[in-house]
Amino acid sequence: MFSTRNFNRSKPVLFILILFPSLLWAYQFVTGNLGVNPIEKLMDELGLMALRLIIITLMITTLSNIKPLKSIVVLRRMIGLFAFFYVCLHFSTYIVLDHFLDMKFIIQDIIKRPFITFGFISFLFLIPLASTSTNNMIKRLGFKLWKKIHYLIYPVAILASMHFYVLVRADKTEPVIYMGIIILLLLHRIFKRLTRPQLAQ
Amino acid sequence: MKILGSEITPYKTYLNRRKFIKGSLASAMLATVTSSAFANHDSDLSIYTKNLNENDKLNSYEEITMYNNFYEFGTHKKHPHLNSGNFKPRPWTIKIDGLVKKPQTFDLEKILSNVTIEDRVYRLRCVEAWSMVIPWQGFQLSELIKMAEPLSSAKYVQFVTVFRPEEMPGQQKRTIIWPYREGLRMDEAMNPLTILATGLYGHEMPNQNGAPIRLVVPWKYGFKSIKSIVEIRFLDTQPETSWETLAPWEYGFYANVNPNVNHPRWSQGTERRIGEFKRRETLMFNGYEKEVAHLYKDLDLTKFY
Repeated sequence: MFSTRNFNRSKPVLFILILFPSLLWAYQFVTGNLGVNPIEKLMDELGLMALRLIIITLMITTLSNIKPLKSIVVLRRMIGLFAFFYVCLHFSTYIVLDHFLDMKFIIQDIIKRPFITFGFISFLFLIPLASTSTNNMIKRLGFKLWKKIHYLIYPVAILASMHFYVLVRADKTEPVIYMGIIILLLLHRIFKRLTRPQLAQ
Repeated sequence: MKILGSEITPYKTYLNRRKFIKGSLASAMLATVTSSAFANHDSDLSIYTKNLNENDKLNSYEEITMYNNFYEFGTHKKHPHLNSGNFKPRPWTIKIDGLVKKPQTFDLEKILSNVTIEDRVYRLRCVEAWSMVIPWQGFQLSELIKMAEPLSSAKYVQFVTVFRPEEMPGQQKRTIIWPYREGLRMDEAMNPLTILATGLYGHEMPNQNGAPIRLVVPWKYGFKSIKSIVEIRFLDTQPETSWETLAPWEYGFYANVNPNVNHPRWSQGTERRIGEFKRRETLMFNGYEKEVAHLYKDLDLTKFY
């Protein structure tokens, strides 16, 4: 049931499912159905979606440790690229719609406001990940180096959740839940390493 | 729920209607009466717009009542609109205590019978860098302060929001320390711009906007304009306020709208006027510089933000 073939087969459906929200929000935005403050709403939805997808990519790796679910890892690249897609939309909403390309202001904002700094660095770290996502790139870089580059997903996830945590004014429950999940997933990886020292060499 | 402009009645008509209904009709008739005989909003819009700056446009009733920060009903902007249905704003009393001649509890109806309700169209600037233009109905806080007869030693006024977790689901969670508290310096409280609002767009104050009575201090960030007030206390020292207690590095006691004082989370230099696409420059004291700048001439506004 959880064969590589079946996971591959589910890809088109997943593709549409994950793409769909962006189309819906774009449509709602254009038709004026995103509520009273549509730019803020659009930015929040896109950002939250991106964070969730980042966490899902981390989960996929963890799940693939379970023998019968080994093949789930074939979904990781697509979801990772979708995370990048949503981060790009989130960031361009901020740049274009929220601040109308006022670059002087935006640069100030990135430097002065910690939560924007976290989000921006997280975005920068995602760029090498997305741009080395092809099979060809893995070959060119060699698996070892490629893997090293892709450890960047850990600071990306932590910074992205901090970006959310600092943004929230009072009820931090939701960002704390995301941070908790990320920490658990990271602890699991550390635990795995420590219990198999011969593989670390 | 969509509220059409044509369904909105001026506040005075509304008050008259209330008396009329009380005297003769069952309250079940309210809906019928509202939508026919007394509905006349468009011709009255000029009451509000004549007070407007040329750069300002009124925000719609929908915008004002569906996008609120009122954590007592939840932390999302839509929560107050969705979760405030069970809140009962009547009967209502306000307790007056602290440095006053005689501590007492006023019935809201009694307060209202002693004041003149007037229209005030104000810009509201939220610390989150969005803003609206709202046609309030209310009376000057100074009128109530006179009724309260504070002692000359009273230098500050503290306000307290009602605590009713069973009607205000947000209070069941400790997002901030309940009840919500705010405060003003006496001269700020006595300033003619400072009002206690009891309505907007000619409606009695909607629950999500702070029914039945709330403060409006238009030159300060929105969180100073405390909602659903049940207690007013006169003090000789600066009172604790909710947001300042929660995050003193972000929110000060004064919280004057000031584009030159940075906030770690939002730039205060610009704002998004709800309903507009491009941001606009934030004005010093939210554009009320002429009326209030003199209050702060001896104060370092970067330190006392």
